[in-house]
Amino acid sequence: MATASEVLISSSAPVRPARQTLRIYLKEAKYEFLKNLRIPRYSISVILFPLMFYILFGLVMGRQPVNGVDITAYLIPTYGVFGIMGASLFGTASSLAAERGLGWLEVKRASPMPPFAYFVAKFVMSAIFSGTVVVLLFAMGIAFGGVRLPAAETLQIIVTLVAGSVPFCSMGLALGYFVGPNSAPAFINLIYLPLSFCSGLWVPFIFLPRAIRHIAQVLPPYHLAQLALDIVGAGQHQSNWMHWEVLIGFTLICLGIACLGYQRDENKLYG
Amino acid sequence: MQTMAATQQLWQTGPQQPPATIAASLDGVSKNYGAVKALRQVDLKVRAGELVALLGPNGAGKTTAVRLLLGLAKPNAGRVNVFGGNPLHPKVRMRTGAMLQVAKVPETLRVKEHIDLFSSYYPTPLPPAQTLACAGLREIADRRFGDLSGGQKQRVLFALALCGDPDLLFLDEPTVGLDVEARRALWEEIRKLVARGKTVLLTTHYLQEADALADRVVVINRGRIVAEGTPNQIKQQTAGKRIRCVSRLELPEIHALPGVLDIRRDRDALQIDVVDAEPVVRELLRRDSQLAGLEVATAGLEEAFLALTQDPGRGSETNPDTRGK
Repeated sequence: MATASEVLISSSAPVRPARQTLRIYLKEAKYEFLKNLRIPRYSISVILFPLMFYILFGLVMGRQPVNGVDITAYLIPTYGVFGIMGASLFGTASSLAAERGLGWLEVKRASPMPPFAYFVAKFVMSAIFSGTVVVLLFAMGIAFGGVRLPAAETLQIIVTLVAGSVPFCSMGLALGYFVGPNSAPAFINLIYLPLSFCSGLWVPFIFLPRAIRHIAQVLPPYHLAQLALDIVGAGQHQSNWMHWEVLIGFTLICLGIACLGYQRDENKLYG
Repeated sequence: MQTMAATQQLWQTGPQQPPATIAASLDGVSKNYGAVKALRQVDLKVRAGELVALLGPNGAGKTTAVRLLLGLAKPNAGRVNVFGGNPLHPKVRMRTGAMLQVAKVPETLRVKEHIDLFSSYYPTPLPPAQTLACAGLREIADRRFGDLSGGQKQRVLFALALCGDPDLLFLDEPTVGLDVEARRALWEEIRKLVARGKTVLLTTHYLQEADALADRVVVINRGRIVAEGTPNQIKQQTAGKRIRCVSRLELPEIHALPGVLDIRRDRDALQIDVVDAEPVVRELLRRDSQLAGLEVATAGLEEAFLALTQDPGRGSETNPDTRGK
């Protein structure tokens, strides 16, 4: 049995070998994914809602061109953004709110878990669901919407949208630190749905009323959608740098707010 | 006869123990939550290899003490020390395991998955099969957490505390909400941990549990340590008797007798809690020749425990109205 006298805590030595740390991160992400996959309220709705909307507004409504491409192709990036937002916001905000509000995060904190593993796992889990939604949207479009895009562009859209889950996971963390465990889903919907509409994710941007098109300029989902649309030349032809800047700035602001929430918990719950 | 207050004074210096390595300690620790003083100037030492029960009623400060030792809270005054270091340090955490009271555990993960994940945090965890066996979870390893009974859920939380094979375990109310059988089964597992050389600090509000498991019992009430000793010493202190009788004597008169802890009227009869029955009975019979319906019983452990956790300053002169507060 080890005794207290043999514990010499040197802060310079690494806590554990890098390989073991990596293994923890992978396990944390794997179980975060399995946990959410088995919650139908999350996994089914996050995947089915964007697909259903795409079928109704893209496939059923007919094929008029928008900004030079078929609406069936146009709506893949926009419902893709809608999908990754849902996966990211619900995947981070509601689980964080529930876990920090109902004691589970405390059990994890008392363990030797590397603290970042918990957050990274939520990002990875959300990215997997995001990728799934976008791939399924393409599958629908190709099978039933006559969408024919070069493979390189298809891949570029998928990568852009999955990377685009980062700002919304960050937003989810920020929300998760400030909403209660029970009110989280309702609260997220209250933000998520209007934000999607006003960013031109449901109805193509050019069909939105003028006032809303102005509002869209300050909404992060609009900028992500424009980046993805630009790949097929169907965007509003603004500067891609500007879109990136907005998204990066938004991510940093959200992470800053999440840090404030983290600090607040440190002082209030763990102070 | 010694009064309660005097006895407690005596015990606060603690029984003579051979020197042993201190695994965890609180030194003069105070912790406030706003205006609530959760702990006041608490000194607590857990020696390597012993099982210490932190015993007290709800709200006594037990969980606060555990949270401080786990680095989940910071003291307003005093020092918290675990394995000679700060409990926040990852290397300290790798040698501790914790079973906390938690409102909700992710329900869609299976028992073995929860254990697999928590085991991975530790450098030398137990093999999963051994963890499952130790916590009595072998048959339900594939069940999802949400499908388990209350007792099974507690056992999973217990498994998460021990799966990393830590040297020091904190068990916060490990058997709360368990039926008698499940409680005894968990006691058995806790005993095995100590037999394997582990150090355990458990909190409980059952005197019986502390008695069944602990090498040393620390009684805490309203944020202060009010008594400390072996289970036998604590039991002696709390082994009061209860006298029932019908008497025409006035309550204050009886209450003033030495050794009377508490008194109340129960229909026609009086119910008197005392330290020792004989001197009080003798005195009652001497003063009231008409006294009838005399019964003497060993006070329930819980009643005795209440006597012990009453405000120390007031010791043997407790007002009947404040009983059970």
